[in-house]
Amino acid sequence: MDRMYLRRARNLVMSVMCMASAVVVIIPLVMILFYVAADGLRAINWGFFTNLPKPVGETGGGMANAIAGTFTMVTLATGLSLPVGLMAGIYLSEFGRGRLREAVRFLTDVLNGVPSIITGIFVYVLVVVAMGRYSALAGSVALGIIMIPIITRSTEEMLRMVPKSLREASLALGATEQQTVVKIVLRSASGGIVTGVMLAVARAAGETAPVLFTALNNRYWNQGLDQPIASLAVFIYTYGISPFEDWHSQAWGAALVLVVMVLFLNITARLVVRARQGR
Amino acid sequence: MLHGMKVRDLNAWYNDNHVLKNINLHLMGGKITALIGPSGCGKSTFIRCLNRMHEVIRGGRVRGEVWLEGENIYGRRVDAVMIRRRIGMVFQKPNPFPTMSILENAVSGVCLHESLNTNGLAERAEEALRQAALWEEVKYRLDDPAVSLSGGQQQRLCIARALAVKPEVLLMDEPCSALDPASTLRIEELMAELKKTYTVIIVTHNMQQAARVADHTAFVYQGEVVEDGPTSEIFTAPKDPRTEGYITGRFG
Repeated sequence: MDRMYLRRARNLVMSVMCMASAVVVIIPLVMILFYVAADGLRAINWGFFTNLPKPVGETGGGMANAIAGTFTMVTLATGLSLPVGLMAGIYLSEFGRGRLREAVRFLTDVLNGVPSIITGIFVYVLVVVAMGRYSALAGSVALGIIMIPIITRSTEEMLRMVPKSLREASLALGATEQQTVVKIVLRSASGGIVTGVMLAVARAAGETAPVLFTALNNRYWNQGLDQPIASLAVFIYTYGISPFEDWHSQAWGAALVLVVMVLFLNITARLVVRARQGR
Repeated sequence: MLHGMKVRDLNAWYNDNHVLKNINLHLMGGKITALIGPSGCGKSTFIRCLNRMHEVIRGGRVRGEVWLEGENIYGRRVDAVMIRRRIGMVFQKPNPFPTMSILENAVSGVCLHESLNTNGLAERAEEALRQAALWEEVKYRLDDPAVSLSGGQQQRLCIARALAVKPEVLLMDEPCSALDPASTLRIEELMAELKKTYTVIIVTHNMQQAARVADHTAFVYQGEVVEDGPTSEIFTAPKDPRTEGYITGRFG
């Protein structure tokens, strides 16, 4: 009898600990959202989305250029990294063999682990120095390099989760390997792949250090992809470390906009995937 | 007259494991041939060699000849993809494409090879679903996801999917082992119907099933065909003691 009680007690303790840990996992997110919303909402008004930043000393002003800048760079970075990441993921999961595949997989993980500031310095040397100026393009390249390994590995994982039986079904119908990959495997994994891409987009939208080194910042509208461009992340950074009270408040506002943008992207992606699968 | 298949000196390997040894067998056209044998005897590998699906597995290797209507499917200039169009296959576990509707599944193979318009596809789907005895159950829900069907219905959908390509031979690898008795019965009835139009080859570990449906039976044991012949002879008067031992339940 004693042993039974002991076992039950142990079971209870472990269950409670696991549940408590699960709660601890979500506490930071909830608190971040709460703080950002509480402080950010005060700074946000219509002008915040439509105006350019005001010069030091003047109150008001907005960050329309930073929102547009983040959109521009993330879109461009996605355009650069999505084809590469997707196809590399397909290679790793479907066609890769032997040492080359192991090498690519390992190096992808290493690239994923490279601190983003290093990526920033690398692109600074490669693009900024070569072009002779900071530019939106350089920022996009840096963000794209950060996105590639995330897209590659998540695509690979999702493709590998597609059961072998589906590939065999397709091949047995007389499909070629390419048809099997495109029409069956990719289609079955599309939900997971989209989620992976969204994670990469969210990560890129929030990166600060590499953008600081490559796109710099801009207090006005961007004058072309070969010119410096503002972004929300750098906006938050520069306003956050400034000595001005109203700039702090605007940094909170920018943080809120960034968080909401990322959440919105994630939720939209999930809804799109669910709508496509739940036919 | 439907085409049969002739297997000559067929050997197959998984890496270094020699799983099929010098198989010679005549699979008769327009008949049902059952391959029986204990687990791991190589009967699934054998049926996969008949439409070049064995080589799809990493480490899978084949040597030998398999003839379909005067053509060796392992011939040097033969494209495995074209062979699989002519020799359809149904697997052990129902494997409809989960992202596709019932209709899309039924014509998924057709779409790979032929460019038909919507009407042509719908006709082909109906024809195949009727042949697979599934039409009456799904005709009002063709746009539902295939995974909403029961296991037995999914397996008949997989049969329809294979038939829609209009193959000459239909291979079935333990098509009923994941199904309940009622669904099994339906598929067995279906097979009797199918042999009028197709050469059917079925792998089964269920001897009663072989006895019920097959015209011919081959007993596979440790990678070899021990004995083959008309089903009634194999079950009533086996010549080889190993066959007798297996069908009387002494092993396997």
